[in-house]
Amino acid sequence: MKDVRLLTEPFNPGPLVGPFTNAHPGLGGVCTFVGEVRGDANDLGAVEALELMHYEPLTLAGMDRLADETLARFDLMGILIAHRVGEMRPGEPIVLVSAAARHRRDAIQAVDFAMDHLKSDAWFWKRERRDGKWRWIDPRPQDRADLERWTS
Amino acid sequence: MAVKLVFLGRLADLAGAPESELPAPLNWPALVEALSGDLGEWIAGDKVKLAVNGTVLADKSTLRAGDGDEVALLPPVSGG
Repeated sequence: MKDVRLLTEPFNPGPLVGPFTNAHPGLGGVCTFVGEVRGDANDLGAVEALELMHYEPLTLAGMDRLADETLARFDLMGILIAHRVGEMRPGEPIVLVSAAARHRRDAIQAVDFAMDHLKSDAWFWKRERRDGKWRWIDPRPQDRADLERWTS
Repeated sequence: MAVKLVFLGRLADLAGAPESELPAPLNWPALVEALSGDLGEWIAGDKVKLAVNGTVLADKSTLRAGDGDEVALLPPVSGG
């Protein structure tokens, strides 16, 4: 099964992963990654909040295409991709990718593949608030390098 | 008779609002001319992409938008 969601409210991974796992009887393994808002600090101060902006006509359709690509590339029984938008606090889940497969390596690699593409390719714009001031976050060269792992 | 503009990411800050309107029909030279200052520089640069009604244009200069169309101005994504 393919389950792709944009979430506007805080979410708990468990209630998403449980039913997803149960929907695939006979699976050999489920691999789940949950990304959370990092509570890091630099000389501008600690991250107080993170806001993710999206564009409705592109963002969900793009995530759905990524789910299809992931299903086509790996031997999976199903994939679940859920992503938060809106304002979040450090420690809140921001992204969840779960892959169910007959064998573990496909599940693990599928999650790695989907995460690399979500981090660099998906239609999200991110800004963070430190010391009461919002700043937009630019793409990092590392994101591009992560993506190239899958084209070589 | 208007084209709706949607500004994403930092472009919304530069525009002062997430949305605005320009008269239809709208093509690339008219869009660049209508947006001044930092916003205009961003739009003209090669990092900003355009989407018309949810389809990203491979080449911004081919922009042709009519009444009721929605043109999104997309700066580089910062990742999920």
